[in-house]
Amino acid sequence: MTRPPFLVTAAPHLSSADSTPRIMWTVVGALAPIVVAATWFFGVSALLVILASAAGALGTERTLGRGGTLRDGSATITGVLLGLTLPAGLPMWMAFVGGAFAIGFGKLIFGGLGQNVFNPALLGRAFLQAAFPTPLTTWPVPGGSWWALRGDNFALPLMSARPLDAVTGATPLGLMKFEHQATDVVPLMVGSTGGSLGETAGLLILACGAYLAVRNYLNWRIPASILLTVAAFSEGLHLLGPARFAGPLFMLFSGGLMLGAVFMATDMVTSPVTQRGCWIFGIGIGILVVVIRVWGGLPEGVMYAILLMNALVPFINRATQPRVFGTRTAPASA
Amino acid sequence: MKLATFRHGVHPPELKELTARSPIRRLPFPAEVVLPLRQHTGNPARPLVRPGDRVERGDKIAEADGWVSSPVHASATGTVTAIGLWPHPDGTYEPAIRIAVEPFSAQAARPRMVPDWHGLAPKQIVEAIRDAGVVGLGGAAFPTHVKLSPPDEQKVDVLVINGCECEPYLTTDHRSMVEYPERVHLGIRMIMHCLGVARGMIGIERNKPDAIAALSATLPSDLAVTVHPLTVKYPQGAEKMLIHALLGREVPSGKLPMHVGAVVHNVASAQTIGEVFDTGLPLIERIVTLTGHGVRRPSNLIVPVGTKIRDLIDACGGLTEDAREIVFGGPIMGVAQPDLDTPVVKGVTGVVVLTEADCKPLASYPCIKCGHCLDACPVFLNPQRLGALALAERYDEAAANHLADCMLCGCCGYVCPSNVPLPQLFKLAKTELKRRSAAA
Repeated sequence: MTRPPFLVTAAPHLSSADSTPRIMWTVVGALAPIVVAATWFFGVSALLVILASAAGALGTERTLGRGGTLRDGSATITGVLLGLTLPAGLPMWMAFVGGAFAIGFGKLIFGGLGQNVFNPALLGRAFLQAAFPTPLTTWPVPGGSWWALRGDNFALPLMSARPLDAVTGATPLGLMKFEHQATDVVPLMVGSTGGSLGETAGLLILACGAYLAVRNYLNWRIPASILLTVAAFSEGLHLLGPARFAGPLFMLFSGGLMLGAVFMATDMVTSPVTQRGCWIFGIGIGILVVVIRVWGGLPEGVMYAILLMNALVPFINRATQPRVFGTRTAPASA
Repeated sequence: MKLATFRHGVHPPELKELTARSPIRRLPFPAEVVLPLRQHTGNPARPLVRPGDRVERGDKIAEADGWVSSPVHASATGTVTAIGLWPHPDGTYEPAIRIAVEPFSAQAARPRMVPDWHGLAPKQIVEAIRDAGVVGLGGAAFPTHVKLSPPDEQKVDVLVINGCECEPYLTTDHRSMVEYPERVHLGIRMIMHCLGVARGMIGIERNKPDAIAALSATLPSDLAVTVHPLTVKYPQGAEKMLIHALLGREVPSGKLPMHVGAVVHNVASAQTIGEVFDTGLPLIERIVTLTGHGVRRPSNLIVPVGTKIRDLIDACGGLTEDAREIVFGGPIMGVAQPDLDTPVVKGVTGVVVLTEADCKPLASYPCIKCGHCLDACPVFLNPQRLGALALAERYDEAAANHLADCMLCGCCGYVCPSNVPLPQLFKLAKTELKRRSAAA
């Protein structure tokens, strides 16, 4: 038998088919229907905004990241997710800057994939909201011609945008907060209401999330605990003061809660690694969402709720270490 | 009915269909057998023969050195040609006795002990088992007589027989149970007699219905043994997991099964003990699965201990063009072999030949903290954290985080989507910690 030398590797010699790029690209795939829905409701503008933020994210990853990291798909998720949190009429250059910030300051500055503390897409959005408050809160209403721009998407960088022709309106949460005016729940579930691109189609987001949960690419405990907490908390408030506080269905399907609970809070890198930790993380987000929405100065609080809980993840992990088999306690120095 | 099992674990592809239905056949005697002096946990055996000596099949050629050790017997009639270093299945070179097999010998072995075991006291049976060189055949090769002699103050109330065979590919135990169920029961009877326990339990993953049926059908009415089908999940056959599944008892960290009143033996060990008392022959051959897509005719074989891999492969149609890696044991915990001259020793459960496609190098990515390793770890460690500590060479902190409880089952490495080499890192950390404590 004359053969080339045999391979000698350390055990295990068998590995599951899952890989990090496969997880990431599957998430991108699960986001695709939501992007399609966004372009259905907001026309070509939706596509332009998402493409711009994705371009910002991918361009930054490519220029500043270590070689070859574009292929792992995580920058694509960040770019698309960020795009989905933006209003359709946003100038593209702002979306681009947001994407670049999300990757540069949300991920690469910490050391790249797996090292970041905060969800990069949400950090990008927080930055945009601080930098451009008015464009970020100008919400076009869905409907109208597909080719009609919903705002001055092509505004030049650092120029003020031309006045809009498109119809804008307050988001359901804004109406609730500032005018105490409730929106029907059915349009909220389907998505034909004002808001950012991916905020609107609640049921579709749930379906996409369910697919990822079945593939075990998403920990269902996180969205479940967030949504249950929000529902229980807002139901309690609603019972105390039906006129002042919105009901649980409205709370669940309005604003960015669905997108946040299903796609942002479940970001593996910035959520706890333990199952118990995931429950705590989700409950914390749920409470913060309701607190910010009801008592805070802003109509929406999903972004800050998740970012705040992201910061607590190391502590949650430490506090929820599993009990080692054959011992009574978890390791003390985890 | 909800089958008993343990928490966590993984579901690798079973891949047992290659050999699950092939009857065990006997390998022709090779031209040479090489018998390492260390085929067990503990001290290597001391050779009793010199080059030039003629030995008969079944002769004791090396004596146990101390209590935790085991003798070695000639697995074929022939002439000792040399005693020297030879490739060992654990990847090192170890002293081994080489025997040139007599080409025209009948290879008929004389029974070495009184086959009639009736009326023997437990101590005499343990002595006979020790003398026959029986070690754990599930892979660890711990001398069986040591496990049959628990300290007097330790109360043992149940014998657990491990017929899980949870590693992919392997069908050694499966075929033994199907083809030699009476010997398994005889072995169990002997073990229960030695331990003085009244109750025995056989745990078998339910992907082996024919084994479950064969053992149930042949169960003697006076033997207090029950057969338990178990969920198919890796590592169901790990001692602590099996005890937990069958008895609901949790072996304390750092302790042995006997601390919860149980002793676990592999079904192949029980079968071998049965064979020893049935035939009067010591442990000189064992059942081995030669399998994988890299070998032309995957088979279950009775192999003289000390047969080289080369001879096994030649008897099974040779390797395929794309054979790339040869693993002793299962593909999850097994040891890759660089040399076709490495002999099959007592603890080798199977030889898996993996192909080019099975061994594609996997790209490694940074840990994305998905937590899948925590969900897989059967002893509830945090492999993600331990891996980071081991990678940073912070071994003392890893030890404080219960690294010692890791049994290197490989579940974390199997599920890791980023292909972080977690089990390899843990092995390295354990080795380094052992080296440090030996140096101190």
